[in-house]
Amino acid sequence: MAVYAPAPGAATHEPHPRGDNYLTHSRGIMSWLFSLDHKRIGIMYMMGILASFFVGGVFAVLLRTELLTPGPTFSSSREAAWNFYNHTFTLHGAVMVFLFIIPAIPAILGNFVLPIMLGAKDVAFPRLNLLSLWCWFGGAIFFSYVLLGGILVAAGLDPKYVPGGFGLDTGWTFYTPYSTARATDGTIAALLGVFVLGFSSILTGVNFIATIHMLRPRGMTWFRMPLFLWALYGTAVIQLLATPVLAITGLLLLAERLLGIGIFDPALGGDPILYQHFFWFYSHPAVYIMILPAMGVISEVISAHSRKHIFGYNFIAYSSIAIALLSFLVWGHHMFASGQSPLANAVFSLFTFSVAIPSAIKVFNWVSTMYKGDIRFTTPMICAMSFLVLFTFGGLTGLFLGALSNNIHVRGTYFIVAHFHYVMVGSVLFAFLAGMYHWWPKMFGRMTNIFWGNVGAITLLIGFNLTFFIQFIAGSLGMPRRYATYPEHFTIYHQISTIGSYVMAAGLILLFLNLLHSLLRGKAAPANPWGANTLDWHCASPPPHDNFPVEPVAGDPYDMKAWKWDEPTQQWVLDEDRAKTVAGTEPTIHHH
Amino acid sequence: MLKLSRTIAFSLPEQASTVAPDVDWLFHFILWTTVFFCILIFVLMLVFAIKYRHRPERGDESPSPGHNTALELTWTIVPTIIVLLIFFYGFRGYLDMSVVPPNSYDIQVKSWMWNWGFIYPNGHVDSELHIPKDQPVRLVLTSDDVIHSFYVPAFRIQKFTVPGRYNRIWVQATEAGEFPIYCAEYCGLNHSEMEAKVVVHETREEFDRWLEVASNPEMQPDFHPVKAGAQLAQARGCLQCHTTDGTASTGPTWLNLFGSQRTFTDGTSAVADEDYIRESIFYPARRITQGYPNTMPSYLGVLRDREVDWLIAYLKDISEHHQGDPTAPAAAKAVQAQPPPQ
Repeated sequence: MAVYAPAPGAATHEPHPRGDNYLTHSRGIMSWLFSLDHKRIGIMYMMGILASFFVGGVFAVLLRTELLTPGPTFSSSREAAWNFYNHTFTLHGAVMVFLFIIPAIPAILGNFVLPIMLGAKDVAFPRLNLLSLWCWFGGAIFFSYVLLGGILVAAGLDPKYVPGGFGLDTGWTFYTPYSTARATDGTIAALLGVFVLGFSSILTGVNFIATIHMLRPRGMTWFRMPLFLWALYGTAVIQLLATPVLAITGLLLLAERLLGIGIFDPALGGDPILYQHFFWFYSHPAVYIMILPAMGVISEVISAHSRKHIFGYNFIAYSSIAIALLSFLVWGHHMFASGQSPLANAVFSLFTFSVAIPSAIKVFNWVSTMYKGDIRFTTPMICAMSFLVLFTFGGLTGLFLGALSNNIHVRGTYFIVAHFHYVMVGSVLFAFLAGMYHWWPKMFGRMTNIFWGNVGAITLLIGFNLTFFIQFIAGSLGMPRRYATYPEHFTIYHQISTIGSYVMAAGLILLFLNLLHSLLRGKAAPANPWGANTLDWHCASPPPHDNFPVEPVAGDPYDMKAWKWDEPTQQWVLDEDRAKTVAGTEPTIHHH
Repeated sequence: MLKLSRTIAFSLPEQASTVAPDVDWLFHFILWTTVFFCILIFVLMLVFAIKYRHRPERGDESPSPGHNTALELTWTIVPTIIVLLIFFYGFRGYLDMSVVPPNSYDIQVKSWMWNWGFIYPNGHVDSELHIPKDQPVRLVLTSDDVIHSFYVPAFRIQKFTVPGRYNRIWVQATEAGEFPIYCAEYCGLNHSEMEAKVVVHETREEFDRWLEVASNPEMQPDFHPVKAGAQLAQARGCLQCHTTDGTASTGPTWLNLFGSQRTFTDGTSAVADEDYIRESIFYPARRITQGYPNTMPSYLGVLRDREVDWLIAYLKDISEHHQGDPTAPAAAKAVQAQPPPQ
């Protein structure tokens, strides 16, 4: 029985092996821009997505700085300052949601890891994968145009040099009638950007579903798949079913704006609330596109860095699918105060609570995984533990929002802003960082500095809580959101929050500088630095161009005990005898 | 002067309506549930992290199970029961907010970029919401332009105002005093300056007296059209966009406006006489002064003819192009622009 062993020379302490790997396989910019290699595509996504994260982050710091006092910060004129603020918060949201948080884990980590976790050479449709990448960049170009145009005009450029409009001040939600009747012309380019970006998401979803169905290796039945793949599968289902609705909604908005069709215009018999139904029918499942892959990363990281089999595999797998399906039934909870009937409100409220249960189940299972583990406080583990804390709290604040009478009091306030930042930043971002640090050795063949990584993670954790915890209090006291100015008595809350955002920025800078530093000076990474057993750790770090010369046979993905620490060579080594008995047979830990 | 909070929790405003205690009770129920589960998870995680941290000298742990059906069922069923309870109380509280009691006092609420108007049953339109205490009041909400949200934190009520449709909410105030009204749905440039206030009168008689005076300023002994115009400009939000001291703002300054030559964005020009003022109030988009945006809402149906007359009288009073009315009280000038609310 062929059990794959690490390629010769892959697990050594020598500097970057000169053997063929995907980074050195071919040279020149065209070999990257037209590459069909899922690993290169993942890296290119990474560069664009991290650049977008930086831009979105700059906007965040700018908008928090404007809010240091009730008066204008960046201008002497209130009108100019509020106008700038409105564009800033809109672009912060739009860039972060569409260009960073929705694609980040699936497009970067998913693309890189999914095929090698399956022991495959690539995804099912490599060309489609490249098209997905180009769609992402295409959408990014539209946003960049809107952004750059706005910046240049603000700096004094004559607007006639920015044809097609610039700037975006609708909020990332583009609510009508403001977006159709009142907003700047940059709305058009932004909507086109969203439309093109949607295809990146849809086509990636198609690819992942096909790959998981068709390219699982011998021994990998559905319930022998790593949980990261269950998570990506659930995500792909949502991407496929929900994103087209966003694309159509964007087109309808454009039609309304450019052709005056009137679907959302009451003067022509239309209904502005209809837009919200269309928009949230996508955008609520979209937040599960964000969190599901994050949960998948956490399953991998906690088990690997606790060196322990994941607890409750079946329940976690089923919960991923339950979340994906239930996510389509709750969109109306964004519209409880819109004038929707009490019956509709009640139905959406009830389903909203139902989707909380699978998430709770996962949290309990992750904590249980740490029980009797052998825990290493690596940067991925610190990030994953931060996730547990922040997701538990952020998810529980969702209970206030699902409850109808309470939702009425806190919707449209900072309470909501705090809630979604706890789940999108506190949870998804930390999981993304955990995944980046966990798979960085695999991607680049370099280890990261644990000390500075952990300092960065803790700094980010402190800064994050400083920024957002206080916002729950401000919100329940009545502080509305998207406000450029505010009543005097809220000043201290805003100031604490703004200081927190500076601390967050410092933590993030540390974390990313640390990654860069590892590329220049990091220790060479072995094939399996963590001693995990999913197939991605059975190939070299970095992997060769076609991943595995021989298709491996899958064992139990969480059988950490298959790897033994070899003191002399200071690395994890596969226990061949145990692997022989385990691979192709029933998993050592029985699931019922 | 807003009342100081008498908050139950440090993070909730004072309770000023009949539904507030229920909302706050549920808030606390959810809060303590949150605290309990957060502490549970954090403590377990920390204990496990410390107890099971890697120590090279430790031998292989006895194998621990990879699953436990009893645990899984427990932590599925217990949270389910809790969320069902939360759903039930939330829904019931919401129904209390939605079902309007009979014999409610009706007030229409209009919203536009960026101000509120409250229309009382006698037709009086005011920029402040006044209601009597201990009386159910039904508010019929609509918008003239984009979606806004009528939000009174102290009452724990909120609802969108949507153009082309009426939304309804109701409230019964339990505390006299003044409470802020915010717009809680982003509506453009001055979304954050759309604050109004609700004044709760201790008795129905006090409220009726206020309405009488507010509806009929001419019946007051010290009435003068110039003073009424100045007060109207303040109360109806004109001064949010127009100054009276010569400084530029969203709209042109009113100082010396009456009788001056205006140039418009379409290239035409005209003298700002009574007809021009009236047209600017009712049909603002017809002629836009050069250098200003076309954002003024129309006050057609919102201001009565005699109110427009008072505004014209006021504008004449503060313009050098008009010799003024010697009978106008000096106090009218003193009612001039306070800056728009911060």
